[in-house]
Amino acid sequence: MNNWPLWEVFLRSRQGLHHKHVGSLHAADEKMAIENARDVYTRRSEGVSIWVVESKHIHASSPDESEALYDPANDKVYRHPTFYDLPDEIKHM
Amino acid sequence: MQLEYTLQIADNALILGHRLSEWCGHGPILEQDIAITNIALDLIGQARSLYQYAAEVEGKGRTEDDLAYLRIGTQFRNTLLVEQPKGNFGTTIVRQFLFDAFHFAFYQELCNSKDETLAAVAKKSLKEVTYHLRFSSEWVIRLGDGTAESHEKMQTALNDLWAYTGELFKASDADQWALENGIGVDLEVVKKFWEEKVSEILKMATLEQPADGWMQTGGKQGRHTEHLGYILAEMQYLQRAYPGQEW
Repeated sequence: MNNWPLWEVFLRSRQGLHHKHVGSLHAADEKMAIENARDVYTRRSEGVSIWVVESKHIHASSPDESEALYDPANDKVYRHPTFYDLPDEIKHM
Repeated sequence: MQLEYTLQIADNALILGHRLSEWCGHGPILEQDIAITNIALDLIGQARSLYQYAAEVEGKGRTEDDLAYLRIGTQFRNTLLVEQPKGNFGTTIVRQFLFDAFHFAFYQELCNSKDETLAAVAKKSLKEVTYHLRFSSEWVIRLGDGTAESHEKMQTALNDLWAYTGELFKASDADQWALENGIGVDLEVVKKFWEEKVSEILKMATLEQPADGWMQTGGKQGRHTEHLGYILAEMQYLQRAYPGQEW
C-alpha cells in the first residue's frame, strides 16, 4: 500500500456551489479514493458531493514562469468591471 | 423483556464499537484508521441512544453510563461475534462484514417496530449501517480477491468466525417476545437477506463459504467467550476505579 497512487479531493459543500480542492489522500483506485475521501474529508458535514482526480493527471503552471504569466495583468485595471454605476436595486453583483 | 430486547441491540453496538476503537492509531493506513474509527463512533452513538431508552424503560434511575460501565459480563446481551478479538485487519473486516450484513437487515426490519423509539433509532442508524456494509463488503472483495496472502488471511478469518454467525438468527426469549408484540424483528427475514448478501459478496471475493456446522451461542443469555471480560476490564476501568468520574 506504499505504492498506492495519490488522489486530489474536491468537495462541493452545498448544492449550487462549485467543487473546491480540500486535500489529497492515497487509494488503490477511484472507488476506494471516494470512500476514503468520504471518511477523511466529510466527517464534519463538509460536503454533499465528492470529486477525486489522480494527482498525476493534474498539470500545473510553473512557479518560475509566474512573472511572465501573471504580472502583466497587474496594470490592466480596465479589465475589472468596476467603472459602471450600478443601480441600487441590484443587490448581488 | 423490553429492557432485555433493547439491551441486546445496544450491547452489540457498544461492544463492536469498542472493538473497532482498538484500531484507532493502529490502522494500516491513515485513511482506514479514520474509516474504522468513524464506524466505531457511529456504533457507540447508536448504543448511547439505545441505553438512554433502556434506562427510561427500566425506570429505576439508572443512566446510560450505568448500563455501559457498571454491568458485569454475564449481564451483557451482545452476540459472541462482536466480542471476538480484532486479529489482523482481515479478521476485523470479516467480523465487520458478517455483522454489518445482519445489522443492516435487522435495522431495516426494526424501522417497522410498533415501538416508536426503537423505530426512530433504527431509521437513523440504518443510514450509518448502509455505509458500514458498503465499506466492509468492498474490503472483503478487495482482500479476498487480492493477493495470495490476503486471500488466505481472509479465508482463515472467515473459517474462524463462521461458528459465531448462527447465533445472530437464533431467537432468544426477548427476541421471541418482541416479535410477538410487534416490537421486534423476524430473524428469519433477516437471515434470508444475510444469506443472500454474504453468499453474493463471498463469491465476488473468491472466498469459500464455510459449511454450517456447530454454532456457538450464549451471548444473548449472558454466557460469553473469555474475550468479553478483557474488553470490560479495559472499558470499565475508569468508572470502577473512580466511580462517578466525568470529563
